[in-house]
Amino acid sequence: MAEEILAKIKEKFSWQILNIFEKSPQRAYVDLKPENIKQVVEFIFRRLEARFVIASGIDIPDGIEILYHFSFDSVGKIVTLRAKIDKENPEIESITPIIKGAEWIEREIYELLGVRFKNHPNLKRLLLAEDWPEGKYPLRRE
Amino acid sequence: MAKTIIPIGPYHPLQAEPEFFKLFVEGEKVVGLDIELGYNHRGIEKIAESKSYDQVIFLVERICGICSTSHPLAFVNAVEDLADIQVPERALYIRSIIGELERLHSHLLWLGLAGHFIGYNTVWMWAWRYREPVLDIFEKITGNRNHYAMMKVGGVRRDIESDDIPEIWKMVDELLPAIDMFKGAVMDDPVIHARLKGVGILTKEDVFEYGALGPTARASGVAIDVRKDDPYAAYPLVDWQVITQEEGDVFAKAVVRILEMYETIKIIKGCLDKLKVVGGEIDAKVKEIPPGEGIGRHEAPRGEVFHYVRSDGSNRPVRHKIRAPSYMNVPTNQKAVLEETISDATIILAAVDPCYCCTERVAVVDKKTAKKILTGQDLIRLSQEKTEKIRKKFRGSLSKL
Repeated sequence: MAEEILAKIKEKFSWQILNIFEKSPQRAYVDLKPENIKQVVEFIFRRLEARFVIASGIDIPDGIEILYHFSFDSVGKIVTLRAKIDKENPEIESITPIIKGAEWIEREIYELLGVRFKNHPNLKRLLLAEDWPEGKYPLRRE
Repeated sequence: MAKTIIPIGPYHPLQAEPEFFKLFVEGEKVVGLDIELGYNHRGIEKIAESKSYDQVIFLVERICGICSTSHPLAFVNAVEDLADIQVPERALYIRSIIGELERLHSHLLWLGLAGHFIGYNTVWMWAWRYREPVLDIFEKITGNRNHYAMMKVGGVRRDIESDDIPEIWKMVDELLPAIDMFKGAVMDDPVIHARLKGVGILTKEDVFEYGALGPTARASGVAIDVRKDDPYAAYPLVDWQVITQEEGDVFAKAVVRILEMYETIKIIKGCLDKLKVVGGEIDAKVKEIPPGEGIGRHEAPRGEVFHYVRSDGSNRPVRHKIRAPSYMNVPTNQKAVLEETISDATIILAAVDPCYCCTERVAVVDKKTAKKILTGQDLIRLSQEKTEKIRKKFRGSLSKL
């Protein structure tokens, strides 16, 4: 069962997947190009009915990595989709139009890492104070 | 519109959880909800990057004062996933016992406050009175009523002495009749039925769209529970059931939490039995954390806690992402509270168990005049008055018999 999930993703997106890392039978990481994230998210959320757990962002030396964690509860597996975006122009398509539960975390990544989510319905700050200076991102390493 | 809203009250001395709900109403009907966060943003994910793996456990233990072992347990699960660490069996039982004792006192705390919000102050006082012995046991076996500092990467920090086992057993046994009483008080009371059934319904589809978790999801018929789905600690080694209800209303959420306490006691007893026969180490004595990444989860009283840890081989995480269940559950209020009356809003907002005092920060705004018309205290009063009205109606119909 747990293997079937990855097989389905591989079959559907064999051209888009850059790399798959299987840490254990219960944990898999799938690297994608940023422009393909939205369609893969739509597929595993709508078709494979994975539960959206959370997203997060990491400032790495050559860009910003965005991770989307999905849980397949019937088999206890977590599949993480990853995409690396450019630090100079950090932009990626929002998944909130597909998953309502992603609204807050995209707003959080927007204010803490300065990533712009295109077509997000309500892209404003979530946690930082109103008088926090523009262009200062607490989770950036610079 | 924001200009006319004043955040209500200073921090409440008892349950200081600052969140600001803007409730938009037309007459009695709720037509919208806006949630503002950030009053208590402590930057814990960033602080974790400057702490060693041992220190992070104490840091994340302070995320929540009610379910304080949830985050340490999810974090050690994540680091053990990262470094492929095998935890000694005895430590697994101790982990589950601590996690379940915590669920017990957390559910009792919620039950008490839910009772208070709908005008059942006796339930409030009794529930909190029965929560006390659980905290006493915590003090006895960990040294603290809360913030138990029991988890560590590779095991637990303290053993549970065999002398303590009968005492824990006795405490949970004495709690059973109290839970029976609460079960009866909720399930057999026509006033509570009239007050909570069909109120604040969250459908299965809503649970899926919002990614809702824990009792909030299970009350809508979605049987997700990390303890069963992605087993860890001693949960796969003892016998217990996932509790679900189908209705998705506030009543179902209360029933799920009450019935879950029975399963919790089953798990505690199962683990205590095993502790009597499983000896050995309680710590795998981990020296180094290799580079890599790991994910750890724990089913906290409010739902799944999720931790992602990335290591570069040093003694500190390079990134530590934390997601608490209320982060997913609180936005479901935007759906559950729509088209309901103001007097039901309090209990609907409290039904996801968001650490409660969110309701202290509710302001009711008239959509036409944009004036703040009710404070949080007014809302609790309104809610209590509605119950009183239902009570009177029932009394009236009884006297006719």
